[in-house]
Amino acid sequence: MSLFLIYALAAVGLFAICLHAIITRSHLLRKILALNMMGSSVFLLLIAIAYRNSVEETADPVPHAMVLTGIVVAVSATAFALALARRYHAETGETELSDGDGST
Amino acid sequence: MIEAAIWVILIPLICGLAAFAIGGRTSRLLGLIGAGLTTIAAFLLVAEVWVNGVWEYSLGGWEAPLGISLRADGLSTFMIAMTAVVGLGISLYAVRYFALTPGPSPDPSAPLRTGAGRGEKSQATWLPSESYWPLWMLLWASLNALFLSSDIFNLYVGLELLTLASVALIILERERASIIAGLRYLLAAFLGSMAYLLGVALLYAEAGVLDLQLLADAELTGTAVQVAGGLMAVGLLLKAALFPMHFWLPAAHSSAPAPVSAALSALVVKAAFYLLIRLWFEVFEPASSIAVEQVIGVLGATAIILGSFQAIRQARLKMMIAYSTVAQVGYLFVMIPLAGSFGDPQDVWRFEAWTGGLYHALSHGFAKASMFLAAGVILSSLGHDRVWNLAGSAARFPVIYLSFGIAGMSLMGLPPSAGFVGKWLMLTSAVESAQWWWAVILLVGGLLTAGYVAIVLSQALQRDVEIDREPDPIPRIMTLSVFGLAVLSMLLGLRAAEPLEFLEIGAPFQTLITTVEE
Repeated sequence: MSLFLIYALAAVGLFAICLHAIITRSHLLRKILALNMMGSSVFLLLIAIAYRNSVEETADPVPHAMVLTGIVVAVSATAFALALARRYHAETGETELSDGDGST
Repeated sequence: MIEAAIWVILIPLICGLAAFAIGGRTSRLLGLIGAGLTTIAAFLLVAEVWVNGVWEYSLGGWEAPLGISLRADGLSTFMIAMTAVVGLGISLYAVRYFALTPGPSPDPSAPLRTGAGRGEKSQATWLPSESYWPLWMLLWASLNALFLSSDIFNLYVGLELLTLASVALIILERERASIIAGLRYLLAAFLGSMAYLLGVALLYAEAGVLDLQLLADAELTGTAVQVAGGLMAVGLLLKAALFPMHFWLPAAHSSAPAPVSAALSALVVKAAFYLLIRLWFEVFEPASSIAVEQVIGVLGATAIILGSFQAIRQARLKMMIAYSTVAQVGYLFVMIPLAGSFGDPQDVWRFEAWTGGLYHALSHGFAKASMFLAAGVILSSLGHDRVWNLAGSAARFPVIYLSFGIAGMSLMGLPPSAGFVGKWLMLTSAVESAQWWWAVILLVGGLLTAGYVAIVLSQALQRDVEIDREPDPIPRIMTLSVFGLAVLSMLLGLRAAEPLEFLEIGAPFQTLITTVEE
C-alpha cells in the first residue's frame, strides 16, 4: 500500500465519519464541528495528491494553494456558523434544531 | 473600461464594501449606484459578447492551467444579464420597502422572543436596511463572479461567498423563524459545498487541471471521474434544492424580507443550477449515463408534482411561492435527461432541450422575483399574508395582483410568456426524442401551477367583502418594479429569437448547432 493511498483512505474515512455526524448528531456545535472537520479531510486529500504529483522531490504547488484558500474560507464559514448558533441559543435557549420548526 | 466583465464583479464588490464601511443612510445611495452601474456594465458585456463572441481573461496575466481565468460565453452572459435586470428591479423595490417597514414580522403568530436580554437591546436601535445594502451588493458580486469564473476551485469559493451572503440576508430581521431557517440553510449549503470540494479534489487528482475548458477538452471518463461528478452533482443539487434535498428551501425563502426572498428564489438557486449544467454538459458529458440522467429527471418530476401540491396546500402566500420554487426547480432538472445521452447523440433536440431549460430558468427568474415582491407588498400593507384572508384585496392593489397573474401565466407556461417558450422547447424535445413521459409531467405541472395561482387570484378578486383594516398606501416605485418584472417575463416570450441565438455563443453541442444552421 503506497503512502498516498494510506492518506487518501484516511481522508475519505474522515469525510464519511463527519457525514455520519452531521446527519445523526443533533447538537448544533457537533454539526458545525463535523462540517469543519469535513473540510479538513478534503485538505488532507489535497495534500496527499500534491505529494503524489510531486516531480523530483518537489510537491505539486496547486493543491497547496487550494488548501490555503480553503482554510481561509473554512475559518470564516465556521465563525459565521458559530455566531449564528450563538444567536439561535440566545433567542430560543436551545442547542438543537428541532424538527418542523419554521417549516410550515 | 473595455473589460466590462471585470466591472460586473468589481462594481458591486466596491459599492458593497463602501456601503459597509460608511453605513447609515449613505449605504442605500451606494447600493443604488452599485445596482445601476452593474446593470450598465452587464449590458456592455452583453454587447461585447454579441459582437465579438466568447470573451476570456487571465487574472494577473497568468494563463490557465497555472492561473485562474474568467470566461464569458453566451450562457454566462445570459445569466449575468438576467441577474442585472432582476437585481435592478429588486434594488428599486428595496429602497422603499425598508423605509416603509422597519421590520415587518413574517409570522405574526410566532411566539414572543424569550431569554434574549442582550438581543432585545440591540433590536431597538438597529435597522435591517443598514445591513441589507452591503450584503445585497456582496451577493450580487459573488453571483457574477460565479457566472464568470472558469476554474472549478474558484467556483467553490464563489459558492461559499454566495452562501454566506444569502444566509446573512435571510436573518436580516433577526426573527426567530428566520434564524432557524437561516441556520438550517447554512448547514445544508455547507454540506453541499463540502461534497463539491471533495469532487474538485478527486477531479484534480484525475485530470491535473482545474480550468473548465481544459477539463472539457480532456474528455474524462472512468470511475474516479464518475465519483467526482457524483459528489459535485449531489452538492450542487442540495444547493439548488432539487427534491428530496429541498427541505431547507421553503422556510429559508419565505421567512426572509421580500427583496431577499426574491433574490434567493430568482437568482441564488439558479447559480447552483447554472454550475451543475455547465459541469454536466461540458466536463462530465463523456462520463455520464442514461440511467443517471433519468434518475435526475425523475427527481425533477417528483419535485414538480409534490412541490405544486404543497404549494396548493399552503395557507401563507410567501410559503406558497416558496414551494412553487421547489416545483419550478424540478422543471429545470427535467432538462437533463432531455438534453442528455438518450438516443442519438447527434440529434438536434438535445440542444433544444438545453436552451429550453435555460429559457425556463430566465422566465422563472423574472416571474418569481415579481411574485415574491408582490407578496412583500401585500404582507407589509395588509399586515398578513394568509391566503384565505386575502378576499377583496385586489380592489386595494389592482396592479400588484395583475402582476401576480402575469407572472403566474409565465410560470404555467401559457403563450405568449417566456415560460411558454422554455416549456415549448422542452416539450418538442421530449416528443422528438420519444421520451413522452417527460412531456406528460411538463403538462401536468402546468395545470398544478394554474391551481395555486388561481387560489390566490380567486380569493383576491372576491367582491363586496368587509376589510377589517385599511391597508397602508404603497409607494409607486414598488408597484412599478413588481409590474415591470412581471411584464418582462411576458415580453421575453414575444421576443425570444435574440436571447436564444445569444445562448448559442460558445455553447456545448457546437456540432449540433452548425447542422441546424445548414
